[in-house]
Amino acid sequence: MTQKKAVSLISGGLDSLLATKVIQEQGIHVEGINFFTGFCVEGHTHAIRKKDKQKQKRNNALWVAEQLNIKLHIVDIVEEYKSIVMNPKHGYGAHLNPCLDCKIFMVKKAHEWIKENNFDFIITGEVIGQRPKSQRKETMPVISGKSGAGDLLLRPLCAKNLPATRPELENWVDREKLYDFSGRSRKPQMSLAEQFELEDYAQPAGGCCFLTDENYASKLSDLWKFRGNREYELDDIILLKIGRHIRPKPNFKVIVSREEGETRFLEGYKKQFIYLHSISHKGPLTLIDGDEISDEDLLLAAQITARFSQGRTADQVTVEIIDKKQQSKEVTVKPCHPNDILNDWYL
Amino acid sequence: MTGIYNMSTHQLDTQRLLCPLPVIRVQDKIKELNNGDLLEVVCTDPGTMNDIPAWCRINEHLLKEKKEQNHQYLFLIEVVR
Ligand code: SF4
Repeated sequence: MTQKKAVSLISGGLDSLLATKVIQEQGIHVEGINFFTGFCVEGHTHAIRKKDKQKQKRNNALWVAEQLNIKLHIVDIVEEYKSIVMNPKHGYGAHLNPCLDCKIFMVKKAHEWIKENNFDFIITGEVIGQRPKSQRKETMPVISGKSGAGDLLLRPLCAKNLPATRPELENWVDREKLYDFSGRSRKPQMSLAEQFELEDYAQPAGGCCFLTDENYASKLSDLWKFRGNREYELDDIILLKIGRHIRPKPNFKVIVSREEGETRFLEGYKKQFIYLHSISHKGPLTLIDGDEISDEDLLLAAQITARFSQGRTADQVTVEIIDKKQQSKEVTVKPCHPNDILNDWYL
Repeated sequence: MTGIYNMSTHQLDTQRLLCPLPVIRVQDKIKELNNGDLLEVVCTDPGTMNDIPAWCRINEHLLKEKKEQNHQYLFLIEVVR
């Protein structure tokens, strides 16, 4: 029999690592595929913020691939993924995470990939009952069916709890050597990791993306609400991860950098936004995201900028405002008192 | 981008992109190149200092140089087919 080939959906977490290892142990050639949605929790803010410089900045999917000694194909799905986030047929999880639609979409992309690259089947690290919305016994056939992968989708960690798939029926893999994990407990995974002598693996706390994060989801909801539609660009969703977001009025919000790394990052957006920075004192860079910005709005944005500068207790702070045509003007303002920035304004 | 190593090499500017986008751009660019071609890459995400070398190791391309210079991260990769 010629060596069979599988592609494994690698998230960077333990489950996909184990699922891949289990199949490799059966002599299958495995390569990894990882999808970049724009919402992935991969060091973005860690990479930017100076205070997080010491944190591990490795990309977990790449790291997992290296541990497994497999190739990893990282696929940019930012554009196609928008329709999943804006309009999920199966709805959202606890926040704005469209997990079931997301899984179907990723398996569908993997199925297209195996057809283009002459691979035989797909594996995922899914475990029945692990996630309340997307990893239930009832959702497993939904994912296989709606993605088009059908019985070419094998879940090695819980295969014994599911009907046999083609790789099992055709003896490409030995079903007896697959697993029957179920439920939320991580113990079976930990003990399998121990068996494989894996010690250092990522344990992402809040799932694989920012859409599961309450704070992030509320900033995204705010963006959609005040724009009047759910369209977004990659820059929009990246900016939601950076700085303080303060919406003093419906027509605009300000994004205020919290430290030097963020200031440097926001500087890259100077041509797209009106921006402000204090010139009499050291301070943040502020972007204004909004429409029909009046002089009064600019003054308020300047006062907020001054509030987060080293002149926060000064009587007056001079702030430079630069518009999108790069025309600049200076204003001298009294910094906002902390109580003037209402709690509701913070997103 | 001005040539940082040699004007005859291919160049890729991923400044302002955050991981894993620089890696994706490198991956996609290298698909177009031939064995022995050189690719110089400039990035601003410090995460690339780990990710680009890891990507090269996994895909068996040769990372000939990596360095940090004024908040830029520079790489020279030789394509191995
Ligand atoms: S947490 Fe995010 S990436 Fe993971 S399945 Fe849900 S929506 Fe998709």
